[in-house]
Amino acid sequence: MAEKTYLQAISDGLREEMRRDKRVFVIGEDVGVYGGAFKVTLGFQEEFGPWRVIDAPLAESAIIGGCTGAAIMGMRPVAEMQFADFISCGWDQLVTVAAKQRWRAGTPIPITVRLPSGGGFSGGPFHSQNPESSFAHIPGLKCVCPATPEDAKGLLASAIQDPNPVLYFEHKHLYRRIKGEVPDERITVPIGKARIHQEGEDLSVITWGAMVYTAAEAAQELAGDDVSVEIVDLRSVMPWDKAAVLESVRKTSKVLVLHEDTRTGGFGAEIAATIAEEAFEDLDAPVKRLAAPDTPVPFSPPLEKAFIPQVADVAAGLRELAEY
Amino acid sequence: MATTQAIDVVMPQMGVSVSEGTITKWLKQEGESVEADEPLLEISTDKVDTEVPSPGSGVLQQIVVPEGETVDVGTKLAVIAPEGAAEEPAAEEPERPPEPATQAAADESMAHASEGVGDVAPSAPAPERPSAPPPSENGKTFVSPVVARIASEHGVDPNQVQGTGAGGRVTKKDILAFIESGPPAPAEAPPEPAPAEAPEPAPEPAAPPAAAPAPPKPPPPKPEPVAAEPAAGQPGEILEPMNAMRRGIAEHMRRSLDTAAHVTSAIEVDMSKVVAIRAKLKKEYEASYGVNPTYLSFVARATVENLRDYPWINGEIRGDQIVTRNFVNLGFAVELADGKGLIVPVLKNAETLNLLGIAKGVTDLAARARDKKLLPEDVQGGTFTITNPGGYGTFHGTPVISQPQAAILGTYAVVKRPWVVQDEQGEDVIAIRPIMNLTLTYDHRLVDGALAGRFLRDLREKLQSWGQDKY
Repeated sequence: MAEKTYLQAISDGLREEMRRDKRVFVIGEDVGVYGGAFKVTLGFQEEFGPWRVIDAPLAESAIIGGCTGAAIMGMRPVAEMQFADFISCGWDQLVTVAAKQRWRAGTPIPITVRLPSGGGFSGGPFHSQNPESSFAHIPGLKCVCPATPEDAKGLLASAIQDPNPVLYFEHKHLYRRIKGEVPDERITVPIGKARIHQEGEDLSVITWGAMVYTAAEAAQELAGDDVSVEIVDLRSVMPWDKAAVLESVRKTSKVLVLHEDTRTGGFGAEIAATIAEEAFEDLDAPVKRLAAPDTPVPFSPPLEKAFIPQVADVAAGLRELAEY
Repeated sequence: MATTQAIDVVMPQMGVSVSEGTITKWLKQEGESVEADEPLLEISTDKVDTEVPSPGSGVLQQIVVPEGETVDVGTKLAVIAPEGAAEEPAAEEPERPPEPATQAAADESMAHASEGVGDVAPSAPAPERPSAPPPSENGKTFVSPVVARIASEHGVDPNQVQGTGAGGRVTKKDILAFIESGPPAPAEAPPEPAPAEAPEPAPEPAAPPAAAPAPPKPPPPKPEPVAAEPAAGQPGEILEPMNAMRRGIAEHMRRSLDTAAHVTSAIEVDMSKVVAIRAKLKKEYEASYGVNPTYLSFVARATVENLRDYPWINGEIRGDQIVTRNFVNLGFAVELADGKGLIVPVLKNAETLNLLGIAKGVTDLAARARDKKLLPEDVQGGTFTITNPGGYGTFHGTPVISQPQAAILGTYAVVKRPWVVQDEQGEDVIAIRPIMNLTLTYDHRLVDGALAGRFLRDLREKLQSWGQDKY
């Protein structure tokens, strides 16, 4: 065990997978010589050579299309989108080809697409988005959103060994801010299993990614009012751990679904609808959603702060539920 | 103290869930003087009938709502004016017209008037808690799904629970705490039986030994306070959620044992005649009507006939009254196909049916029960129930009464047994006879042991002497 940043955990996890499995290679914009825009693959080309750490042209369609072909040929590619936002250029290869290949032809497509996502640093509308709900909606794709360094490492290993295309959303705001104990040995975290970030009795927060920490800080504020908050870190958005969510809802009967993505059609809508459908008789308050408003992500720091759910917003939402 | 200015009398709030009331009688007429707290009128709501005391002393100047009308809580019913005010020239009080001219004025006068009622009406039942949830537009307070479910599972009226949620809403925590602390009395607790009733006479000497009343069961224990959280599964255990039917059965069974004083008596019936007639009728019924005349049909037919002579066993305790009827709606307990539930469809007006009619009715209800095609009215309105666990060979049982009925008949397997009968010379001989046990489980609050014994004796006679005329 060693304390590592979220970023270091991703980097170490990826290196470990490349060392143990020669089929694993990395491809992306500036991942080689430059070591990646966020330095996740710093030193990789020196260790693994330019054929396993490939600098790609500025063409996400080519990156994902190339990965799909390599996967069909038995490789285990890990593609890096420099920013998650850029994946829209690779939509067709990912959604039309990779997601459907196994269904169509029976060929597994074991590719991992790393997606540095999320805002909080004035990155503006092209470098701050959280597009997980768009891909969670596509049958054939898996989406994971680790929140802790340990999960970052464990979910990356699971994504690489999974026979399906897995979108790995790594939150940029957590890269160097979040540190945690990470086992030195290889670990895997099952895809589709939630984690209880903290146990509580009165309210449930269902969330993932950076919002886990926002929720935890807000819960801290409510602890003074003797309200105990359970935080369910979904870890995977598709498949998502319905059983864990429903179990928490049955316990507390009041639930806040929180995400950084915009509200309408965000993945929280699916969770809220499922709770209403399957745990109706356990609810003691309306299912509450807290998410970003339906606008592009603003550049301006005050506007971005107003856009991304803040600790005070979450605390207010939790108080409202507690008082209901 | 005499009032110094006109006071409005308004329809009081007689309970959290009551939204309106009916004026049944004005005890004072216009122009009559009235003292504070003196009964002024009688009202009737769906919870209580009560007198409304006058909110002040003075003269009943005007009755706004006449007898027989139903109005919302807070509606102005009358105006009490200061003594002598009626004689004064109207010009001296132009600022207070008899009817509020605007909504604002009406609201204001209503607010004043309700203050008055609250302050001077100590005899009004159950003063409202200040935090009581405001009734919504339909007069009902909002109950969240989880609170509704917990309330129905435990037979608790959420209106009895002090709410701590928004607007006084009853939260899950409130109702769980209420149940854990033990409510003063179950919401549906029946009234106490009259204590002055004569002790039960000893069983008739003529009654056969088997008909002696079983000793009454010990009083059922109070329902256990239910833990807020169910225990987690242990290794090797499988947990599955109760479905709505199982919850309903659980609630009903518990409530029935908490409500009725269950006693079971049993009798043995020689079914020789029934067996013989059934063998004859079976072919005819099946060929002509596609119906199997089961033993249950015979017992049901004889039971309906017998209930004519025992109206209390076909009766019900309702409040402090005894209900009897000139009809029999006969319920049959039917097991569902998956073995995970039972339902009690009701054969309406069974007193109008002959054996064929009952056999057809039972077949139809049982089939629809198993196919889940029963309509709500098919399971309502039963006055007496028959349960037939004998199909599996059991010969005795103590079923639970279907509330609010007074009794339930259990029928058991027809078994060939050595039986002492008399031959033509009047000598005792042992013969092989088909014997069926019947049990009557009855609510001892209403039905005494001797009455149950006579009911079973007569039912036995009807079955043992079954003849062609009973078709």
